[in-house]
Amino acid sequence: MNYTRAYYKKRLKPIPIYLLVIILSLVFISPFLIMVTTALKTNADAFELPVKLFPRKIIWSNFPEAMEKIPYMRYMMNTVFITVLSIGGQLISTPMVAYSLAKIRWKGAPIISSLIIGTMMIPYTVTMIPLYKIWSGLGMTNTYIPLIAPTFFGSPFYIIIMRQFFAGLPNSLMEAAKIDGAGEFRRYAAIALPLSKPALTTVGIYAFINAWSDYLAPLIYINKTEKLTLSLGLQGFLNQYSVDWTHLMAAATIFVIPVIIFFLFFQRNFVEGIATSGIKG
Amino acid sequence: MSKPIGIKMKKSERRDNINGFLFALPWIIGFICFSLIPLLTSFYYSFTSFNPVKAPEWVGLENYQYLFKDPLVFKSLKNTLFMAFVSTPINLFIAMLLASLLNSKFKGRGVARTIFFMPSIIPMIAATMVWIWMFDPTYGYINRVLGFMGINGPSWLVNPAYTKWALVLMGTWCTGTTMLICLAALQNVPRSYYESAEIDGANVIHKFFRITLPCVAPVLVYQAVLNMINAFQYFTQVYVIINASSGGGSSNASGGPANSILMYPLYLFNTAFSYMKMGRASAMAWFLFVIVCVLTFIMTKVTKKISNNGMGGE
Repeated sequence: MNYTRAYYKKRLKPIPIYLLVIILSLVFISPFLIMVTTALKTNADAFELPVKLFPRKIIWSNFPEAMEKIPYMRYMMNTVFITVLSIGGQLISTPMVAYSLAKIRWKGAPIISSLIIGTMMIPYTVTMIPLYKIWSGLGMTNTYIPLIAPTFFGSPFYIIIMRQFFAGLPNSLMEAAKIDGAGEFRRYAAIALPLSKPALTTVGIYAFINAWSDYLAPLIYINKTEKLTLSLGLQGFLNQYSVDWTHLMAAATIFVIPVIIFFLFFQRNFVEGIATSGIKG
Repeated sequence: MSKPIGIKMKKSERRDNINGFLFALPWIIGFICFSLIPLLTSFYYSFTSFNPVKAPEWVGLENYQYLFKDPLVFKSLKNTLFMAFVSTPINLFIAMLLASLLNSKFKGRGVARTIFFMPSIIPMIAATMVWIWMFDPTYGYINRVLGFMGINGPSWLVNPAYTKWALVLMGTWCTGTTMLICLAALQNVPRSYYESAEIDGANVIHKFFRITLPCVAPVLVYQAVLNMINAFQYFTQVYVIINASSGGGSSNASGGPANSILMYPLYLFNTAFSYMKMGRASAMAWFLFVIVCVLTFIMTKVTKKISNNGMGGE
């Protein structure tokens, strides 16, 4: 009797947790579900009462149609171009700066470190107007330079992640190379960088997602139709009187899928990146 | 003998200084060009009147005086404070709830974590579009679900009494980052604390309020202030919502129904890029900057104080 009671107690204890987790998971996943199911509906189906989650008949044609209603491929190419160069920029600049702070003992390192954390607190709206003035003065509006150039100078969040990683590399490796006569750059490029693939991946993924979904910067600098990015281009489905929801959701689905795929593949990097920078920062 | 060594040390020290500087140079240049100069220029602009086609003209404190006279500045500040002080605690509560769930052992924990976190990485524009569709009073799913429960759902994005609550609801979906940080904090609480509490016969509630909460308090406070700072930068969602309801013409900038979702950064953006009053917008930006600085200062002070007390007290 006693045994079975304890047994059942142990067995039944996690049930409330499971229930809560399942309900919450359904709630959190439902916007994705609604996005995809709406993309698979006909317009009449989407605007039918009572509202149903699943389409009456699955329609795939919304996807090719959505890609024709706005110059989707064009916007996609623009976005890919910006994204690739941004990732490249971050991967060149971030580890260099982080290396300087973590592995070179020099006078400026503490000052630079606190300045980096300080700049994280500057709201974008404060620097937005002068930056716009500078870039437009240089005739760079409607080019991607204002969007890409800053990535070649390192971003605080990524530098902190990288610095944390470099700090964990044993100094003995660098010192051994130093004795062998390797210069600072050699030690950086031949020892530190190859060892830091996990951290570089993390930075790359963040850079990818941020460039891919950036909205405010393109909104300020890009207004020529053929130059728009996907995030701006999605607004092409809104018009004066109504929103073309089925096609918009189809377009949004294609826009979101790369992000989800990258996330699922590199989930661990995400979680670690946030945990190290969030608590320490 | 000692002299040459001393010189050699100095030499390698100097080389380190040069190398360190060279490696950090990209960021230093970026900092000067993209942060320092714009920051100072913005301060200068805030005392001028200018727009893209007109050179800055000194007007003294006029822009700042206008700040306190313009009812829309006050309105947008009020809306932003609502997000900072209503949305933040709700988000923290949800994040903490999800993190506590993920901190207990059950099968499929990894999948649950993925599901809870995923909304946070979705491009804001796509997420906002989906939520606008879900908030549709007639064809939206939220009111449909409320209908099942016998509640007559409101016109979320039309009725000014509900628009901000719609934003709050949308925000709870994107607490993934805060959740992960809370989870890491929970996992850092030493097991032994709980074990000794169990020996003393403490129940779940006791354990939460006496052990868990004091241990994660510094992280929670830090996240709270960080969320508030982010609330002062709340832009994309409202910009997209207003655009969607006005038909995508970015020229008809406004603040939503009865300006109920006119957030401070949105009003700033409109002032600069729609009304072309960039001097005035710079003054708004500096006012915002001061608020964020104060919040940051509070954040560092409070975090220090709590992490000193919290650990010593228990």
